[in-house]
Amino acid sequence: MYVAVKGGETAIAHSLELLADKRRGDREVAELSLEQIDQQLGLAVDRVMTEGSCYDRGLASLAIKQARGDLIEAIFLLRAYRTTLPRFGASEPLDTTHMVAERRISSTFKDVPGGQVLGPTYDYTHRLLDFALAASGERPSAATAPAEPTDRLPRVGDILQRDGLLEPPPARTAAEAQDLTRQPLVLPADRPLRLQNLARGDEGFLLALGYSTQRGYGNNHPFVGEIRYGHVPVSFVPEELGFAIEIGEIEVTECDMVNQFAGSHDVPPQFTRGYGLAFGHAERKAMAMALVDRALRAGELGEAANSPAQDEEFVLAHSDNVEGSGFVQHLKLPHYVDFQSELVVVRALRAEAEKRREQTVLSQAAE
Amino acid sequence: MPDTDIQGSAYNYAYLDEQTKRMIRRAILKAVAVPGYQVPFGGREMPLPYGWGTGGIQVTAAIIGRDDTLKVIDQGADDTTNAVSIRRFFARVADVATTTRTEEATIIQTRHRVPETPLRDGQILVFQVPIPEPLRMLEPRETETRTLHALSEYGVMQVSLYESIARHGRIAKTYNYPVMVNGRYIMSPSPIPKFDNPKLDRSPALQLYGAGREKRIYAVPPHTPVKSLDFDDHPFEIETWTESCALCGSKESFLDEMIVDDAGKRLFVCSDTDYCESRR
Repeated sequence: MYVAVKGGETAIAHSLELLADKRRGDREVAELSLEQIDQQLGLAVDRVMTEGSCYDRGLASLAIKQARGDLIEAIFLLRAYRTTLPRFGASEPLDTTHMVAERRISSTFKDVPGGQVLGPTYDYTHRLLDFALAASGERPSAATAPAEPTDRLPRVGDILQRDGLLEPPPARTAAEAQDLTRQPLVLPADRPLRLQNLARGDEGFLLALGYSTQRGYGNNHPFVGEIRYGHVPVSFVPEELGFAIEIGEIEVTECDMVNQFAGSHDVPPQFTRGYGLAFGHAERKAMAMALVDRALRAGELGEAANSPAQDEEFVLAHSDNVEGSGFVQHLKLPHYVDFQSELVVVRALRAEAEKRREQTVLSQAAE
Repeated sequence: MPDTDIQGSAYNYAYLDEQTKRMIRRAILKAVAVPGYQVPFGGREMPLPYGWGTGGIQVTAAIIGRDDTLKVIDQGADDTTNAVSIRRFFARVADVATTTRTEEATIIQTRHRVPETPLRDGQILVFQVPIPEPLRMLEPRETETRTLHALSEYGVMQVSLYESIARHGRIAKTYNYPVMVNGRYIMSPSPIPKFDNPKLDRSPALQLYGAGREKRIYAVPPHTPVKSLDFDDHPFEIETWTESCALCGSKESFLDEMIVDDAGKRLFVCSDTDYCESRR
């Protein structure tokens, strides 16, 4: 006879032990160090920092190691840590014209002030497996030109804007930046809040949405005005000082997308902007974000908004992979009470249907 | 002051920092003041996954103290994996006594059930809520449903229940059965079976509902009328079984069905493990 299973506690403890064991894998193989993850799986670290909303390469590397390379799990781990940290305040807005760019390209002009800088990218590689990497062995360092000491790297957008061809970026407001990790998302959202949501949003989800706009679901004819990747200084105004001091540097990827706009009653035809920003080197994410940002501006620009990527509630409510992963996987939790309720009603409905069928057969026979 | 050690790092008592607890308590107070109204709150990322009780955990973390005795159930049972996990979490971060006895608990966090043993004055029942919006499956947009609640415009819900009768001859909704709270707000009772809905009505215990992913808290204060929606000619009714519990013989409690052999032989036992054990 069945006896309710006790001992869930022990079973869970064993499951955790097995997991830790599995994570370590074959003890004959050297254990990964956080430095190796940071240095050799750097793009994974970048993604975890971006969607984890926490710029810390060490913590992100630890999360990746603990998650056995499952980046969404790593993002979750990093966020759950981040949420316990005290908040000192908000930094000054980043000024990416002061970026020391490792890469900077524009697809709208053949040459631009500051030049096209290819930098490290997979764009021009042939996707052939490099079997030399399977064998160990050091490779020589790549030659790099000394960074040119320039004060400012002007944005392509600024040049277009001078002629009135491109809308100006939104003016800086005095309002304190909202923080999605401390306040609930209230809809409709303004653009800064939307961008915050997209920055934390799942790269795959944004990629699919951005892609859908290119295939006609809310097309806005995008051009890459500029993508730049490199170091920017972060400044902060401590209350006791009252002026900004530089507290460090972070690596970011920024994408300025330039989009067609036919103009409206009040505005002559001009180009409009979509904006993307991600920690580290993450061009796919920054570009997808810029496409979706622009798509979500449909209402503001008086365009018809009939496609998924233009639907603010749909996009913002489903962009977060930690939320989505949790809710999808909660289906693994027991649901037998709900299922029992459903069983009871389906059986009753079937019994009634059967009775009705028998009655029909009987009455037909009587005729 | 951080005073509880989790894996070598200092976390605050009951995991959440005191500012966050205050924010959640303010949301709870507002929710109690407006029964059935969904109060947005700045839900935090918890160390457990969304959809696994983060709303309930945040509510419990905000109200729990060292004098409390905590009971955690999932599907009515104290020993299901997620109930064990959440109970362990609080035993670890809040240094709190835990129990499986409904009468002994001051706080009961639950997923999908209300205990069979009647609750008393002073107890708090914390529900884990996946989708707080009762109208969500009828209207996916938050901006719309907010307006519908503001105007008490609930025709869409009545129509959906009516359609169920037209199609099936009865209201075929079995869990997460919508209720009217204090004659004002339609509320999701969370995915409890409708069997449990009558227990919510004028309960002497305080009911708090936490939805972490959706960042909403709502409440039913003690002794508040909670009415399951129905029609005069199709009154609300609950599930019944012809079987009784194979372990304690109860004919009154919610029964879980188990398949015990390859031939599909079935056995019925109480879903509420504490209630069942106390009767054996």
